Amino acid sequence: MLADATKREETGVSDNASRAGRLRRAPENFVDGTLAADIARDGLNPSRRGFLQRSFLAAGAALASGAAFAADAPGGSAGAGDPMILTPRPWATSLGQPVAARPYGAPSKFEANLQRRQSPGLTQTAQASVAFTPLQGLFGIITPSGLHFERHHQGWQEIDPTQHRLMVHGLVRESKVYTMDDIMRLPSVSRMHFIECGANTGMEWGNAAVPTVQYTHGMLSCCEFTGVPLSVLLDDVGADTRRGKFVLAEGGDGSGMTRTISMEAALSDVLVAWGMNGEMLRPENGYPLRLVVPGVQGVSWVKWLRRIKVGDAPWNTKDETSHYVDLMPDGQHRQYTSIQECKSVITSPSGGQALLDRGYFNVTGLAWSGRGRIKRVDVSTDGGKSWRAARLESPVLPKCLTRFNFDWQWDGSPALLQSRAVDETGFVQPRYRQLREVRGTKSIYHNNAIQTWQVATNGEVTNVHVD
Amino acid sequence: MFTSTERRQPGATVRRRAQSAVIAGLWSGALVVAGLTLTAWVAAPAKAAPAAPAAQGAKAVQVAASGSSTPIKAPPGIGRDATPAELGAWDIDVRPDFKGLPKGQGSVADGQKLFDARCASCHGTFGESNEVFNPLVGGTTADDIKTGHVASLRGNNQPVRTTLMKVDTVSTMWDYIRRAMPWNAPRSLTPDEVYAVTAYILNLGEIVPADFVLSDKNIGDVQKLMPNRNGMTRAHGMWRVGDKPDTHNKACMQDCPEAGIVTSALPAYARDAHGDLAAQNRVVGPVRGVDTKLPPLSGTAAQNASVRKTAALATLGMASPDAPAQTATATSPAATLADKNGCLACHGVTDKKIGPAFSEVAAKYHGQSNATEILAAKIRAGGAGNWGSMPMPPQSQVAEADVRTMVDWILRGAH
Repeated sequence: MLADATKREETGVSDNASRAGRLRRAPENFVDGTLAADIARDGLNPSRRGFLQRSFLAAGAALASGAAFAADAPGGSAGAGDPMILTPRPWATSLGQPVAARPYGAPSKFEANLQRRQSPGLTQTAQASVAFTPLQGLFGIITPSGLHFERHHQGWQEIDPTQHRLMVHGLVRESKVYTMDDIMRLPSVSRMHFIECGANTGMEWGNAAVPTVQYTHGMLSCCEFTGVPLSVLLDDVGADTRRGKFVLAEGGDGSGMTRTISMEAALSDVLVAWGMNGEMLRPENGYPLRLVVPGVQGVSWVKWLRRIKVGDAPWNTKDETSHYVDLMPDGQHRQYTSIQECKSVITSPSGGQALLDRGYFNVTGLAWSGRGRIKRVDVSTDGGKSWRAARLESPVLPKCLTRFNFDWQWDGSPALLQSRAVDETGFVQPRYRQLREVRGTKSIYHNNAIQTWQVATNGEVTNVHVD
Repeated sequence: MFTSTERRQPGATVRRRAQSAVIAGLWSGALVVAGLTLTAWVAAPAKAAPAAPAAQGAKAVQVAASGSSTPIKAPPGIGRDATPAELGAWDIDVRPDFKGLPKGQGSVADGQKLFDARCASCHGTFGESNEVFNPLVGGTTADDIKTGHVASLRGNNQPVRTTLMKVDTVSTMWDYIRRAMPWNAPRSLTPDEVYAVTAYILNLGEIVPADFVLSDKNIGDVQKLMPNRNGMTRAHGMWRVGDKPDTHNKACMQDCPEAGIVTSALPAYARDAHGDLAAQNRVVGPVRGVDTKLPPLSGTAAQNASVRKTAALATLGMASPDAPAQTATATSPAATLADKNGCLACHGVTDKKIGPAFSEVAAKYHGQSNATEILAAKIRAGGAGNWGSMPMPPQSQVAEADVRTMVDWILRGAH
């Protein structure tokens, strides 16, 4: 097409104007005859030049007052208007970057503050530690792959997918080995699910301990995962699902993470996943293969998955006895506390943020339940004395984050913001007092209490507890 | 899927009309994708509805697994049989009934030698250190061994919970030491060595005597002495979706009792414990991060708005304020090696952790002509006694060139 057009131009086709759908060529002589004669006679004489220069200086004066205008005078009373409008911006007056200048893309440099972060002093080593998702700045329900929280027990590895193997064995008709080529040939599904560490909000069991939602609730992410249902693999090896009441999942990293999963869960919605948000898993999230166990605490979503074993009894592994057990006031540990119960949190405004002015705020947050769908979320601005229902945004999916929004007019007086989720089983997210009455304060794991953010008159939001 | 055909039509029409323009064609493609995704969202809840908590039957299982009424199955011929040798190499888990436990034995005395050399650097000579990980030993009594319940779990007399206070089965310790220890060189212990180290830890907890030899024959007897063997319960509502919860809030809407009273707040001294929060929030929108380097601002939010905005803008491009080790990692290949090999777990760059700071090491060896050789040999063979009682484990797995790179870096003060 381009070649055709060039050819026509070269041949000087002159009848284009008379054809329907053709554009008329721009006229060559757009300066009118009188003006052309004037310039030809006098040129740009000194008086004209002086006029142009004065105009230029006036424009410069407007630029100098621009900073104050932008910060403090949005009404435009300070001058002719906002220099961000009146003065051409560099990005509007220069050539931009070519396509694929960043072949895999990256957020704007102005978004650099939103990062996964460690909580200082939480762990002694960076390999057995946690990096929290910055929930305070995210929208919708999908966690960007680069901000998905990390929790490792022996450091993350980057495994060569051509060298990775999955073994499925135990109480099966035929013990099998699959390469990644094999696994990715199998019929796959894609599902959106939340993943939450059992210890999420664990620092808050006794008292308010950390400042922002990134640290109180940031061991939480939600992605679209793609993989083969574990039930398909178990069927392929001829698993004995009558005697085999449990499966063991094992990771291929140095910690060899092992977790017992009930056969009931294994056959319902567990995935052996390689995809996350349309790309392969990130190395720190288990590349090239991880288990997805919807509704169940993250430690069971074994990363770098290399082995599934079918057995007739639980394995009682390290992370099923000395960690991820909930200490009750009577000294007993609750074991295999897997389901992440219904929970919600307001992400904006939230701790460590400051409201910039009184007036309208869209109070927004996330709700989720390991037992299914979110049915309702209520929001209180007076610390739980009165509640109003928030809007649930679609999609509302089982074992997936649900975004809620709530209109709030802040009158500048102190406020206590809370959210309270209800799931489809009718379960209502508990208050701190209700949780502590049953489980004490030493549990560490599975704190799903109602979170409170205190708004001060200066606009500053802090983390507090309301019983 | 049939219902989605109709919804796809508008997008397809757009595409046909715009066939001559490449850009327009791409846009209509995006519309088709968006349409399908929305259709899937709309369709999925209705079809997956039977997977509600109460429905646990085989039929519901199939529905949930495939997302449609037809269960998907693996086509034949994918994957291959595992060989006996492959199964032997990977099938290493040990259960509470000791299924999977290999034959072998190890003495407390041998375990002590191994522990001092391979384990004490993280866990302390007596397994009681809280420097790197939670302690292994402590908080259990002779009475606990009789009852099988650790009494200190009921009280508040223990600042931390140790492994022996929690773990209820000795198989768990054996399995984990074999699969994942030592921390920086997993799976480098033989079964006999695992028996020995396990025996030593049990001896530190006064569960077995100093002359004990643990083996596959007597491990079942040891299980009867585990201090917290009766300390686990599975009677709770959090293993299966259909289990009963233990909290029972009600969705009160008006005049709710006992509300609005703040019972706990973040103490003022913790204001900047998580760094500058202005640097952890976006620089546009209805809110800004709080500048935690300064005390709270007085006045109204509007009066402080420009200060908040300026503070937030000033943070752009700042490195993460709470991770000095990560900053070092990002700037130096040697620091990356030190991080990867676990060195930074025990050594800070300028702060003493379980071992000396690298800056201290650099100062000690400053000006010594053979410093590189001495330090390289220490890294390979391990060492003890120079910086306190805690030994450094041998790092024979690190490549020679990498050792040199790290030593040069350490001697320069790890900058």
